[in-house]
Amino acid sequence: MKILVCISSVPDTTSKINFTADDTRFDTTGVQFVINPNDEFGLTRAMWFKEKQGAVVHVATVGDQSVEPTMRKALAIGADEGIRVDATPTEGLFVARQLAEVVKNGEYDLVIAGRESIDYNGGMVPGMMAAMLNMNFVNTCISLEVEGNQATAFREIDGGKEKIEASLPLIIGGQKGLVEESDLRIPNMRGIMMARKKILNVIPAVEAKQTSKEIKFERPAPKGEVKLIDAENLDELIELLHNEAKVI
Amino acid sequence: MSVLVYTESEKGKFKKNAFEVASYAKEIADKTGAEVTAVAFHAEEAEMLGNYGVSKVLHIQDDALKTFNAKAYAAVLAEVAKNENASVIVVSSSTDAKYMAGILAGALEAGYATNAVAGPENVSPLVVKRTAFTNKGYMFTELQADKNIIGVSNNAYGTHENSVSCSVEAFSPKLSDEDFGTKSVEIDQVVGKATIADADVVVSGGRGLKGPENWGLIEDLADVLGAATACSKPVSDLGWRPHGEHVGQTGKPVASNLYIAIGISGAIQHLAGVSASKVKVVINTDPEAPFFKAADYGIVGDAFEVVPKLTEKLKEFKAQNA
Ligand SMILES: Cc1cc2nc3c(=O)[nH]c(=O)nc-3n(C[C@H](O)[C@H](O)[C@H](O)COP(=O)(O)OP(=O)(O)OC[C@H]3O[C@@H](n4cnc5c(N)ncnc54)[C@H](O)[C@@H]3O)c2cc1C
Ligand SMILES: Nc1ncnc2c1ncn2[C@@H]1O[C@H](COP(=O)(O)O)[C@@H](O)[C@H]1O
Repeated sequence: MKILVCISSVPDTTSKINFTADDTRFDTTGVQFVINPNDEFGLTRAMWFKEKQGAVVHVATVGDQSVEPTMRKALAIGADEGIRVDATPTEGLFVARQLAEVVKNGEYDLVIAGRESIDYNGGMVPGMMAAMLNMNFVNTCISLEVEGNQATAFREIDGGKEKIEASLPLIIGGQKGLVEESDLRIPNMRGIMMARKKILNVIPAVEAKQTSKEIKFERPAPKGEVKLIDAENLDELIELLHNEAKVI
Repeated sequence: MSVLVYTESEKGKFKKNAFEVASYAKEIADKTGAEVTAVAFHAEEAEMLGNYGVSKVLHIQDDALKTFNAKAYAAVLAEVAKNENASVIVVSSSTDAKYMAGILAGALEAGYATNAVAGPENVSPLVVKRTAFTNKGYMFTELQADKNIIGVSNNAYGTHENSVSCSVEAFSPKLSDEDFGTKSVEIDQVVGKATIADADVVVSGGRGLKGPENWGLIEDLADVLGAATACSKPVSDLGWRPHGEHVGQTGKPVASNLYIAIGISGAIQHLAGVSASKVKVVINTDPEAPFFKAADYGIVGDAFEVVPKLTEKLKEFKAQNA
């Protein structure tokens, strides 16, 4: 089985988010970039397929040179080879077009992407890829098994889960649950050394239709002071929730 | 020209988000001189959508489409979008809608903005305000394709009654086996109970509750309020609660009217994912817990004493205000 894991490089979850003075761009000063958590779950699951079922695992990203450390980390975790489409992602459809091209040329059986990137929260790339490639697709995937040409997956739905069967080739949008939290791997010294020697192919972007444009960013409004209520005076809380906040 | 909406139902009953996306679409339609057309699958009383500005419902009753299938539903919407010459398609942020709309956007090469948090900023060109960085910021996106999709954040726009005359037409989509792809084998879903995605109130517990045996506290409070239950990440990692209840940046987003956080410290990843909730209440023994800076109302106190009392008092309140 040949697997491609799509990796987006995102600000670490503890990052403070700032924008440039004219609010047109995200200010990356001082921000630490990591593998998107949803992709990290997927990469970990791919490692399981590699170790238990002999799968070959490639990782792909669309990004400029600044995302290479994130890709080296993915290689250090155990991916065999990396591909970087050398372009600054402008929108979901652009990224999906690039990755679809990589999938087509690499003839992958399984494409593991994430439910969403925690930076722009698009939640669209894997579905778009599935449409472009006419491949089966399972989103919000919380469990995945593959036997031969057949995959069994669970996906999270509102209020529960759904068991799905599909044949390969398949794309999934993974998330927490796909592997246990304790199975996530921190690259060790050996992995890091080996990653330096692994192939990270840099390829040019293909033409894609432009469908949107970011105009500006805005910070959330500052939060007012919390109203503290005495633990002995719960009637006051109920009164406030009823008459002031009007939520009960 | 029409503005298209994908209206979701559960066991034949429209979900609240069906009326929310219809309301959203109506605003765009009014501003562009268009009409709202809805696509509904196996819905009872489809004409109800007329109360929210929908002029025409294309009603699909096809046994193969009884269970949601993202690829097939996307194929139906793509077909309708072409037939109706729709320039804008509005969908909700439910798990199913997000699943379907990504495929639809790829198939139509549409512009697509997810997590819209307000009505359209502008309709020509079409500009929407959406969340980014899990509510740590907002961005304004201009959609420039000839077909554009807007995903409305749960509970962000609300339902607005706007009664118009509404025709319901049966619609039979042209589908082949190819349009299905994946097969649903089994669905394990709690029905009739509020879910984190669509509940007005969410009651959430953290590590401060000490263990799964104490979750009765959370459930009792949730029951009185008709609320969904949720938890912080470590609580689901420890197996005290199912993964599906984990909320925050790497879990489910919460955008309820009221969010009650009990024994949750308020780490940045947790707050990011729940901050779209309109009113937040925190109950925590530690007055220095970061959640107090993000909450509207706070009680410094022991959950094991405060929560049962609050539940009792709310029961009395509900009995009086029923
Ligand atoms: C990459 C990454 C992603 C993450 N994503 C998420 C996410 O999506 N969601 C999330 O929740 N977390 C997330 N986290 C974890 C987050 O950083 C915190 O560790 C977590 O939110 C803490 O959970 P907690 O508040 O339940 O526990 P704690 O931080 O242990 O807090 C427990 C709180 O309970 C209070 N308490 C104790 N006893 C009582 C009592 N008797 N009555 C009342 N209060 C009491 C304490 O004062 C304390 O404030 C993420 C972390 C990382 C690194
Ligand atoms: N620039 C990118 N490079 C590689 N994969 C990406 C990129 N952006 C998004 N993805 C993949 O698509 C998933 C969903 O991203 P998004 O649609 O941007 O929220 C991510 O979890 C990744 O797996």
